[in-house]
Amino acid sequence: MFTLSDLVQPEKLETAYQVLTNKRNNTILGGCAFLKMGSKRISTAIDLSNLNLNYIKEQDGFIEIGAMTSLRELETHILLREQFNGLLPKAVSSIIGVQFRNCVTVGASVFAKYGFSDVITALLALNTEVELYKGGRMPLADFLKQPKVKDILVRLWIKLDTRQATYLNLRKSASDYSILNVAVSKLDNQWTIVVGARPRRASIAIKASAALSQRSLSDAEMEEAANQAAEELAFGTNMRGTAEYRKALCKVLVKRAIMEVASECK
Amino acid sequence: MQITLTINDKLVIWDVEKDEILADTLRSHGLLSVKKACETSCCGLCTVWVEDKSVLSCTTLSVRAHGKKITTIEGVSKDAEDFARVLTAEGSEQCGFCSPGFVMNVLAMKKELVNPSDKEIIHYLTGNLCRCTGYMGQLRAVKTYLGVQ
Repeated sequence: MFTLSDLVQPEKLETAYQVLTNKRNNTILGGCAFLKMGSKRISTAIDLSNLNLNYIKEQDGFIEIGAMTSLRELETHILLREQFNGLLPKAVSSIIGVQFRNCVTVGASVFAKYGFSDVITALLALNTEVELYKGGRMPLADFLKQPKVKDILVRLWIKLDTRQATYLNLRKSASDYSILNVAVSKLDNQWTIVVGARPRRASIAIKASAALSQRSLSDAEMEEAANQAAEELAFGTNMRGTAEYRKALCKVLVKRAIMEVASECK
Repeated sequence: MQITLTINDKLVIWDVEKDEILADTLRSHGLLSVKKACETSCCGLCTVWVEDKSVLSCTTLSVRAHGKKITTIEGVSKDAEDFARVLTAEGSEQCGFCSPGFVMNVLAMKKELVNPSDKEIIHYLTGNLCRCTGYMGQLRAVKTYLGVQ
């Protein structure tokens, strides 16, 4: 369990950022579920609960999601259930249990860039941008490549388009982390293939996505795209699976996901 | 740090440490139905309601509960007893260790889902681990209690 010397609940983002940057081990609190499993000594913890960042709304052609929105709200919100074939609810619905998902926040999940994250994989398959207090707005894929900085993730912006999408994963048991997770989407003729929990953080299989966008959708070509994704991405070994197993699994899950999306597009 | 809570319809003002978790706060004030077990936020034993939503009190900082309505099994004793009788009748009360968190989540589900299917019930209760692994008995009891086929 972490320890705190002090805790503040600012009512302005500016104050939260000032406190965050005052000292190296000042930390923003998300849902605390991952943080509590370590023994971090936090000087001043910053709780964003009073900043009204718990919301999901549609605005100017985007779905705007506040950083303090819980994963359970992502799972149950009618707008997200209806968009992108319910991709986001599907991606978060197997994360432990309802009580857990009521605690943890989307902002912390994304900002921490967890390798095991299910929600990052799904968000990458959409046209998602993150908005940081200091760093401004940028595509999620760019944010994930950046080194970690002291900043505050304020909200996510997801472009409301007619994208078809799906999410698949494999777990050893219902509430365990994913051994591998996959999200695939298609907008017009542009495919996006994302693979996460490799166990490194989620990444777009750029070459496989581009190649699939040029092809017709025969069974052989879908399989070729899945194989290409598995070759293009790097996999690692941990207690849940070896790199070889993940690579083999990637081929299967990506092909199934492409088939699902292709079927939705018909 | 001082926090004001409404615990089981009673307004209280308590002193808490800044890094104190809600489960410890509740237990220190005699609400011993709230238990801790897994320390990894995955077993559901410590489930209470914050603003009528099931949460893990082992993961929720007490300061974050300031100004909120908290419900433990002591606050829904009539409903809990009704469900406990069904659990017993179905032979699924077992060792009883997971029961407080399990009962709280079943009662939350009852308010949230209308006529749920087996799949929906199982999915809703995935976050409640039973150390006796008697899930089929529990499922039978939940369906009987909810009056679903």
